[in-house]
Amino acid sequence: MNRITAALLDLKRLELLAHGDSSIHRIHPLAKTVVVIAFIALVVSCNRYQISALLPFAVFPIVVTSQSGLPPVFILKKIILLLPLLLCAALFNPIFDRESMLQIGSVTISGGWISFFSIQLRSVLTIGSAFILIGTTGLNAVCQALRCLGLPAVFTTQLLFLQRYIFVLAEESARASLARELRSCGNKGQGIASYGSLVGQLLLRTFGRAERVHAAMLARGFTGELHDRRARVFKTADLRFVIGWVTLFLIFRLHNLPMRIGSFVTATFP
Amino acid sequence: MHIADALISPAVGGAMWAASAAAIAYCSKKVRETADDKIVPLMGVLGAFIFAVQMINFTIPATGSSGHLGGGLMLAILLGPYAAFLTIASVLTVQALFFADGGLLALGCNIFNLGFFPAFIAYPLIYRKISSDSTSRTRITVAAVIAAAVGLQMGAFSVVLETVSSGISALSFATFLLLMQPIHAVVGVVEGVVTASVIAFVAHARPEILQRSLLPDCTQAVINQTGEVFTASQLSTYSLRGVVLTFLVAALLTGGVASWFASQQPDGLEWSLAKVTAAGDVKGKQGTVHNVLADFQGTLAFLPDYSFKKDTSVQAGATEPMNAENVSKIGTSVSGVVGGLLTLALAALAGFLLRRRPLAA
Repeated sequence: MNRITAALLDLKRLELLAHGDSSIHRIHPLAKTVVVIAFIALVVSCNRYQISALLPFAVFPIVVTSQSGLPPVFILKKIILLLPLLLCAALFNPIFDRESMLQIGSVTISGGWISFFSIQLRSVLTIGSAFILIGTTGLNAVCQALRCLGLPAVFTTQLLFLQRYIFVLAEESARASLARELRSCGNKGQGIASYGSLVGQLLLRTFGRAERVHAAMLARGFTGELHDRRARVFKTADLRFVIGWVTLFLIFRLHNLPMRIGSFVTATFP
Repeated sequence: MHIADALISPAVGGAMWAASAAAIAYCSKKVRETADDKIVPLMGVLGAFIFAVQMINFTIPATGSSGHLGGGLMLAILLGPYAAFLTIASVLTVQALFFADGGLLALGCNIFNLGFFPAFIAYPLIYRKISSDSTSRTRITVAAVIAAAVGLQMGAFSVVLETVSSGISALSFATFLLLMQPIHAVVGVVEGVVTASVIAFVAHARPEILQRSLLPDCTQAVINQTGEVFTASQLSTYSLRGVVLTFLVAALLTGGVASWFASQQPDGLEWSLAKVTAAGDVKGKQGTVHNVLADFQGTLAFLPDYSFKKDTSVQAGATEPMNAENVSKIGTSVSGVVGGLLTLALAALAGFLLRRRPLAA
């Protein structure tokens, strides 16, 4: 399958997951957005040599994934596909930070390796939570939440336009790109010259499309803002969701629970 | 060039979020003022277009490798700075949410690095000045290459500043700078050539599209009450000042608030430094980084709190001083490993128990 088509299918699947129905899906988008932002902020606020204190945070993605019925394998796959990039980002830590920091038996581990793993762990947690937010909420509702948080309508409206047209335009460019690939045997003709006119053509069509879309929307009474048909009210359950999770995150952040459990266990069973 | 959440500190992320949010608000106001209601759908569709086009690769001459378009400068040329900034911001938001390309907390940094420089520096101050709205291919190419390269250099430099001041990565300021700038000089030239080839095509096929993109500036060039006429270029410097000021004020405000919170933190900086074995080395190395930083932005002065080395045992000690003194380093690490495994097992168990069951019929 074409690379672009594959990326599109993936995108569609993530968007479709948001149409599910579960206790998590029913939580107000604002509540979910706030909790995810608090989660990410508290995870990244841990210092760079911290691994054990980050582990309890895994409760949030695990519990929410299982409660909402998101396919865990799909989410994990998406995270794993991104890990090579993050490995590169953290690769320099073990090289530059060689000061030994931890000793298990005869093996000495340098600070660089600890921060390397800490970065990987942070990445998995923060990326996972972002996927969970979009997978249980959908972009439409996240935009509503952003609107509640004070982002201007111009911004959120065009964000929604963008999301709606990604599929149309990407399918069109997938076809154009495939046609170019088939005509350029051995990659000749894939250079910048043909790219310029290919993309230019797509751009002209895009402009035409934007005009037609706008005219059609005006004809249907568009006043500059998009609306969601589902009216949502912020209920007590949503408030409980926010307070519960944020309190839990604060406890995780202020107390190194694994260290406490660990020292309790090692003290009890020496 | 997207920064991930895992590499930035909340203070840097928060400050850049505030700055970018302020710029989004300012640009939205500007876009609303243009009173051309066609522009909002056009922005959205062009944002989607950038997405689609990023999926089409081209071969980079003489290298055999392939690259794709970034699109920041192209959007600025097609839409003008304000609308382009908003569109870039929304492209980055979708990338962060759906592709985890750059994180949610890092979104503010990414919007600033990839949106502000092309839209407010590279396009108005470099591209427009050099190309002077001509349709000559050479002129467009020269303007686009220089503008894209400068924009990306600034963006890359900003990435270095944000990462180093977050203190998660162990790369020193100089090393990271040497890694980032040359790569992005090459990327910038390629981006410029590609942008120019697309713009030149449009300039010949449908020149009115490029004319229209200049309209928001031109329509603003109205005569004010005293009868004074502002030209587009005069106005663009006026508005640029507004944007830069918004960014500065927001960064100062958050910087101030964040530093106030940072100073309330009980984990004393000196104390943790004394605990680090090679305190002298660390101090020297980090010191120079922060001297450089301090020269660039006085507001970042609170950041040493976040970037000095801390020992894991020191961190544990900050919350449980009794424990840290009794438990030896090895003991701490074993406890950490045992406790960590138990925590993960508990989390997995919770997930298993709370698993959503299919509704009974």
